[in-house]
Amino acid sequence: MNIKKQFKEGLITNNPVLVQLIGMCATMAITTTLFNGVGMGLSVLIILTCCNVVVSALRKIIPNEIRLAIFVVIIAGFVTIVDLLLQAFIPALSESLGVFIPLIVVNCIIIGRAEAFCQKNTVGASFFDGIFQGLGYTCVLIIMCVVREFLGSGRFGGGLIDIANGFRFTLDGTGGGIQIFPADYGASILNLPFGGFLTLGTLIAVMQYALKKSAKKKELAEKEAAEAAEKEVEE
Amino acid sequence: MLTNIISISLGAILINNFIFSQFLGCCPFLGCSSKVDTATGMGLAVVFVMGLASAICWVVDTYILVPLGLAFLETLAFILVIAALVQFVEMFLKKSVPSLYSALGIYLPLITTNCAVLGVVLLNVQNHYSFIESVVYGITGGIGFMLAIVLFASVRERIQFSDYPECFEGFPICLVSAGLLALAFMGFSGMSVFG
Repeated sequence: MNIKKQFKEGLITNNPVLVQLIGMCATMAITTTLFNGVGMGLSVLIILTCCNVVVSALRKIIPNEIRLAIFVVIIAGFVTIVDLLLQAFIPALSESLGVFIPLIVVNCIIIGRAEAFCQKNTVGASFFDGIFQGLGYTCVLIIMCVVREFLGSGRFGGGLIDIANGFRFTLDGTGGGIQIFPADYGASILNLPFGGFLTLGTLIAVMQYALKKSAKKKELAEKEAAEAAEKEVEE
Repeated sequence: MLTNIISISLGAILINNFIFSQFLGCCPFLGCSSKVDTATGMGLAVVFVMGLASAICWVVDTYILVPLGLAFLETLAFILVIAALVQFVEMFLKKSVPSLYSALGIYLPLITTNCAVLGVVLLNVQNHYSFIESVVYGITGGIGFMLAIVLFASVRERIQFSDYPECFEGFPICLVSAGLLALAFMGFSGMSVFG
């Protein structure tokens, strides 16, 4: 089916952050350690998938005039559930993400997908859309975290990976990460808000460059094919 | 009391500016900042709604949610209050101050999904602010947002005439220059007001 197409759209051609340019507040704010990035990405993925399924299941019942209010209530419900679950089971993550977990309610990604996709599509398609868009978001967060952490403090996987007592993953945010070069040599400016703006800006620029290049390549190939066809007709 | 209020206001406007140090409200900040006029309108609307929302949500939280033991519904209740408030303000302005209404235009309804508004309300609860402190934090947070968006809009008007790599066109160059502004605002971060 077109699951493959949806996968590609969510991760690359229609990536929520890099191409649709939405949901940037949290992207820039919390990407200081891999722990935060993975936690935030997965929370959004879960909430997005749940909301997509519920909205698309109810799409024929929801009156058009008040649909946004209903979307917001559905989203706020799931966000509250995830918020409470995190407080109960991964308190370190909840503490370090702080106000940004409840703020997923006003994250444009979720309400945007509800409005643009789930209203017109079946439950199954919306489910996969939620997963792939959520994955696209998570990937961007992870890339941002890895870049900022590596260049900023010479580390990889802060909070998430603990190598003090053998290699293991930690969920309480105490893992020191893998120190690749001494933190003193890092450009600590990348850990500041400035780093968030700069890294995201550069990432979007790279994406624009890549998309433009692939579009050009496609155009060129089509042109060649058209010329070849013309030649054949002439002959 | 007074020193407390002054330190909250200076903190919200300069030291912990909502956009440049807390990343709240980046979407409208980047979306509505292509012209100084619209940026000013958006900023004014945000100041107004943030002040009102702080006041109303404080009352709702203290007198309804907490006594009933429903504090876990805060997020849900606040977003509904904000949505209703924005709708109400829109209707009120349309009837009584049509000139301001038409100046704000589409930006008014968009404030509902501005994370600075929900953010300020949640931070009020987190910091256990009193009623007056909440309102002051709301209004000054809004002023900080307005300062940021107006400054950035003036920068953006100049970016159009400058030379930058082609792939940075549009959003990326805006993000980078917003980052430079954030760097300038970092200069305030060492300040401590009244100890």
